[in-house]
Amino acid sequence: MSTGTTKLDVVVSDVVPVNELVTRFHFRRRDGQLLPTFSGGAHVVVEMRDGERTRLNPYSLMGSPLDTREYTISVRRDDVGRGGSLFMHRHVRPGIEMVISYPVNLFSLDLRARKHLMLAGGIGITPFMAQTAQLAADGGNFELHYTCRTASLGTYADLLRERYDRRVRLYHDDRDERIELDRLLSSQPLGTHLYVCGPSGMIGWVRDRAAALGWPTETVHFEHFAAPQPGAPFDVTLAVSGKTIRVGEQQSLLEAIEAAGVDPPYLCRGGVCGQCETNVIAHDGNFIHNDHWLSEEEHRCGKKIMPCVSRFEGRSLVLER
Amino acid sequence: MYAVNIEPHVVGPKGSVLENLIDVDEHYVAEMRDRALVLAEDPLRCQSLPHMTLAGWDLLELLMEQQALGYPEHFTLTRDGDKWRWINRPLGIDDSFTFGDVSTLPYGPMEYITRQSQGDFCILDQRDGNLWMDAGMVTTQADWSLDFDIGMNFFEWHAPVPLAHEKGIFTRALKFLTNIQQGKPARRLNWTMTINPRLDTSPENYHKWGPDRATVTPENVGDKVHLRVELQSFWRLPRSNGIVFPIRCYLIKMDELVTQPKWARRLHRVIRDLPEELANYKGLTRYRATLVEWLSKLDNGSPTSPGFGPD
Repeated sequence: MSTGTTKLDVVVSDVVPVNELVTRFHFRRRDGQLLPTFSGGAHVVVEMRDGERTRLNPYSLMGSPLDTREYTISVRRDDVGRGGSLFMHRHVRPGIEMVISYPVNLFSLDLRARKHLMLAGGIGITPFMAQTAQLAADGGNFELHYTCRTASLGTYADLLRERYDRRVRLYHDDRDERIELDRLLSSQPLGTHLYVCGPSGMIGWVRDRAAALGWPTETVHFEHFAAPQPGAPFDVTLAVSGKTIRVGEQQSLLEAIEAAGVDPPYLCRGGVCGQCETNVIAHDGNFIHNDHWLSEEEHRCGKKIMPCVSRFEGRSLVLER
Repeated sequence: MYAVNIEPHVVGPKGSVLENLIDVDEHYVAEMRDRALVLAEDPLRCQSLPHMTLAGWDLLELLMEQQALGYPEHFTLTRDGDKWRWINRPLGIDDSFTFGDVSTLPYGPMEYITRQSQGDFCILDQRDGNLWMDAGMVTTQADWSLDFDIGMNFFEWHAPVPLAHEKGIFTRALKFLTNIQQGKPARRLNWTMTINPRLDTSPENYHKWGPDRATVTPENVGDKVHLRVELQSFWRLPRSNGIVFPIRCYLIKMDELVTQPKWARRLHRVIRDLPEELANYKGLTRYRATLVEWLSKLDNGSPTSPGFGPD
């Protein structure tokens, strides 16, 4: 059976510029019904019809899970990315009909925690918008540390301070303010869970320091959506469907497979959920594994690839698709 | 020996147990009274660890919505923001409460709604790439104990199942279950046998039902021996991101089952050919030979058609 998600037919109900890089998009159901309830940390995959091309990008839901009249996402414009955020910024206007997936949560709160310690970097703030709203509504104990480049790029920083006051601490790069991570991680009460979402360097740093300071791995949670990296084009044979395809420079392997009319299951499109895991039948060349799903051992042995984020360099690649 | 029989939990034919995703049948009132009796004697059949209250509200919403949708003549749910009113006509309940506020219900949300819903319910917390049996209402079980399993993970509570771990069945099943998506429930069937039409065959009450296994004779097989089929479904819960796992038990006595010649033939072959480990695990050993002998007289060796419907 297919393990993809159900789709939702929505209309863009509002588009709000937040600062020079970030714009917020509001979706409502076309039939006027309530949207499905979700949990803080969930994302939806937004389908973008960009000319001939269909883009499928995941974005965290940032509204309160208590309000399902609309879903909101915030999209940071990436001028050198693969074009999804530019499409959202340039072409998505109020009144446009779009299709999004049901919410999926791969960055769930651990509800056993006596305290939730959250670390956000840049646009990584979005899942915490929903999680803090969920926790605040139920008297949950949380503390948010939010790093941004400048005050004007501190997306929702003012709103968060207004909502949660001293439970939110801001750090601005241009003022040389840094999270005192070791002190922070060493001074938490027993039963604290740690959550981090931001650039991969920040996630790596926080996980390393937490491990070094003795935090059990099951108390450290991170959202690690890697956008697919561009790279040299390569050819792939899909053995099951009998097709040979070329993966373009700006295209992911998964997108190229889909463009050929083959639909592997997917949920995150960012190398973490494991749904699109694909068996390698034969290869002559090197894999560029960018996922966080397969083990190091699996990366080395060359029998599996995650086509949403990983690529290939070499003479030939045959996949079981 | 083991078949992968997971399929999407979608509505089936009218008049079947799948006509609605949560089935309410003619035994509803009796089963709810039976549950109340079991709970009065043993309150630990219903447990919810402290972090599972939100999942309990998720389950309350799911069961109220599904029962009201499928059986509007029996159940009515009215929602105005977080002010909810629930009418359950068969049990004479009409309660108004605030969704999310436990002080407005006579029990916790899971216990409240599962005292009004047929079948057992396990709520699984999802974390660390595993599922944890952290809440449940279990009064109609086939020889397992919530009180023993509470807090265990998926591999721990399945540890007693023979031959399946070696085959990697649980690793694959866990991968499937942790990816169950909201709005896309799945289901499977499980089966065993029970002597006498008894829903509560728990380890806690083994002294009440275990000795029945020694009472099966060639003369009473048709009346005493029951096929017990569990309809298990799996649902992602929206607020808690947990999974609820309803286990709905249906019993049919052999005399009724063999009214369909296909069922008689097939059950004969299944019971006869079951590996011994599985027969032991299912608790059939004591009366298996008697049952096989009784069923063999109804098996003329002709093939059975695919599917479980009668010919």
